[in-house]
Amino acid sequence: MIGEADAWGFTPPRCALSRAPTLPLQGRVFQCDRSLTRRSALLSLPALALLSRPAHAVEPVPLLFEQLYKSMGVRGLVFSDMVQALKGQPVAMRGYMAPPLKPESRFFVLTREPMALCPFCQSDADWPADIVVVYLDRTTPLLGGGEAVVVRGRLEVGSATDLETGFVSQLRIVDAVFRHA
Amino acid sequence: MARSLAPRAALFVVSTLALTVAALPAAAQTIYPIDRAEILAGSKFDLKVEFPGAPAAGAAKVTINGQDAAAVLGKPVAFQEREDGQGHSAFWVRDAVITKPGRYTVEATAGDRKASVTWEVFDTQAGGKAKNVILFIGDGLTVAHRTAARILAKGLKEGKYGGELAIDDMPAMALVSTSGMDAVVTDSANAMSAYTTGHKSCVNAMGVYCSLSKGNLAHPKVETISEIVKRSRGMAVGVVTNTEIEDATPAGMVAHTRRRADYNDIVDMFWAVKPDVIMGGGSPNFLAKSTPGSKRTDDTDYIKRFEETGWKFVSTRTELDAAKGAQKLLGLFHTGNLDGALDRFVLKKGTVDKFPDQPDLTDQVRAALDVLSKNDKGFVLMVESGRIDKYSHSLDWERAVYDTIMLDNAVKIAKDFAAPRNDTLIVVVGDHAHGVSIIGTYDDERPGQRLRDKLGVYEQSIVPNYPAANAAGYPDKVDVSRRLAFMFGSYPDWCETGHPYLSGENVPAVAGPNKDFIANEAYCNVPGAARREGNLPQSAPQGVHSADDVVLTATGPGSELFRGRIDNTRVFRIMATALGLSPGNGE
Repeated sequence: MIGEADAWGFTPPRCALSRAPTLPLQGRVFQCDRSLTRRSALLSLPALALLSRPAHAVEPVPLLFEQLYKSMGVRGLVFSDMVQALKGQPVAMRGYMAPPLKPESRFFVLTREPMALCPFCQSDADWPADIVVVYLDRTTPLLGGGEAVVVRGRLEVGSATDLETGFVSQLRIVDAVFRHA
Repeated sequence: MARSLAPRAALFVVSTLALTVAALPAAAQTIYPIDRAEILAGSKFDLKVEFPGAPAAGAAKVTINGQDAAAVLGKPVAFQEREDGQGHSAFWVRDAVITKPGRYTVEATAGDRKASVTWEVFDTQAGGKAKNVILFIGDGLTVAHRTAARILAKGLKEGKYGGELAIDDMPAMALVSTSGMDAVVTDSANAMSAYTTGHKSCVNAMGVYCSLSKGNLAHPKVETISEIVKRSRGMAVGVVTNTEIEDATPAGMVAHTRRRADYNDIVDMFWAVKPDVIMGGGSPNFLAKSTPGSKRTDDTDYIKRFEETGWKFVSTRTELDAAKGAQKLLGLFHTGNLDGALDRFVLKKGTVDKFPDQPDLTDQVRAALDVLSKNDKGFVLMVESGRIDKYSHSLDWERAVYDTIMLDNAVKIAKDFAAPRNDTLIVVVGDHAHGVSIIGTYDDERPGQRLRDKLGVYEQSIVPNYPAANAAGYPDKVDVSRRLAFMFGSYPDWCETGHPYLSGENVPAVAGPNKDFIANEAYCNVPGAARREGNLPQSAPQGVHSADDVVLTATGPGSELFRGRIDNTRVFRIMATALGLSPGNGE
């Protein structure tokens, strides 16, 4: 569960193992050999994990959905002091990948609970208020949706509109990487 | 025209037409409003004719009763050759009005292609007896919900009930058919649009016909009852719901859009129409996008805008109680839908801990009537119990039925308001049905382990042992040992437990890989749970609406016009007639 010491160890996205040509790791780009079998890719995980954690790197601060907002009311949400303090800092969050609009994207929505419906796809479904938008380092194959993931990246706080989709978000994790949780 | 033909001949004409359409890809012109449209004299509508083959303006001709359409309507024509870059040309007359009642045949001609429709423009001379109309919508309200609500709220003994529901105890009743112009089964947008405009539309659309226009807001519009009574009578309008205020049913009072999901556009439309009372959930689309929690894409702060122009804004039940005497009221009590009655009054689940001071629909109706009855020209109030539908989609019948009881409580308040006045038409109706039915009772005492072993049918469907309802009409306990066996006719893959969902609303299916929906395994290990293979396409996450007719009950002046089976568009016509909304009725 969340908060366990080893829950934040990074491994590459599951789907990236077999399909993604490159893999972003904390600012480095690791060339992912397309010819790697799943088995050999899995065998190389400890090495990847080491690469991804240089001794001087700032460890991401685990952040829970319930820690995002001080209050949530009709007139809007108020960011928690913790979120304000973590602005621009590396964070790690566990949540669920909302069913994505496209199988490959730089962009997905992280939700507290698994979404039964895809709000992108259903006209009468709606996003919960406390979503976090994840901008990956680069276009990456995403999961089928509704799956638990751990995301690491830099926390952005405040209203922003996605230029491509017009999607408005209040909290974002940018330069992000994710793994199956 | 078709009216004078014998039914058989008419059928032949229709099927010949269908064959012709199927055989020729570039078929006849399409005319909106459509054939057999009933248009309130004096109401506004857009005439649109789509000419396949994209003829030039000079080659396309539109007449009404043989005369030039623009001349008859007294409005300019806008002709768009290759509308939105498509293969048709569009002839538009926006904001058309016909004040003289009668039959109007519209003919469109281009080259050898010709099409015609006939409208009935109706007046309301026979009516005008009601000053106010209160339209109650039980979203998805089906006969089984009513029966279950009656059993739970009034009790059943030796085949007779312990009392009448307020929604049943009315002098007028009718069966209402709900299909839109596009399909057999409708949705709440299309269905509400029929009630508020008198025109059939298509799924996802409100206040418009679904044409070939590309923009969601560009389709041919028809006027809503809110716009008509405000524009032509100076009456007050109220829109009250326990769902998001932008949801299809409340939105149908004000909206003109092809796409019900465009909530921000719908808030703009609330602002344009300015109902005197607006109450529901869905505040995020009223907040400027710079406010965390906003779902707007612009910087308009609609709460502030309404406040600055005279609306009292309230966000809790306490604030609503304190708002007595307000001239106008904007109540947004939740970021999403308000919690249902079962969660608020009995189980304390849903979002009750986050929003502990939500009003009940009864509080909302009381407050709305207080504000609206100050207008001496009268009012139109729409009240929706919206989660009957949502809980039926999620196959959670207890929650749907508690919200049916809540609807009944709200109707009781309206009837008490209307009783001494004799000037208020009250209509209670579903907007569409769900495939739901009560087939017996589940009894934990019955032998066997499987859910079907617990089911008693016919003489073994022993009356359930819910406790007698409390003063508010609700049993305090829903997880009793002998429960209604309330069945859903359409479902995804799911595990049916035969028990109420005490820890929160049912989520029958979850997204699987490949975006299709699979049973939510959380329920599959409940003792006795039955795994059901879905009978819906795998893409369906929940149950769906059904095309069955819905029951309408009514009381007050004009209610006598409801009888037999009617199309849903007739509900508008009867409300308009009761209020006397055509120009001749003392405008």
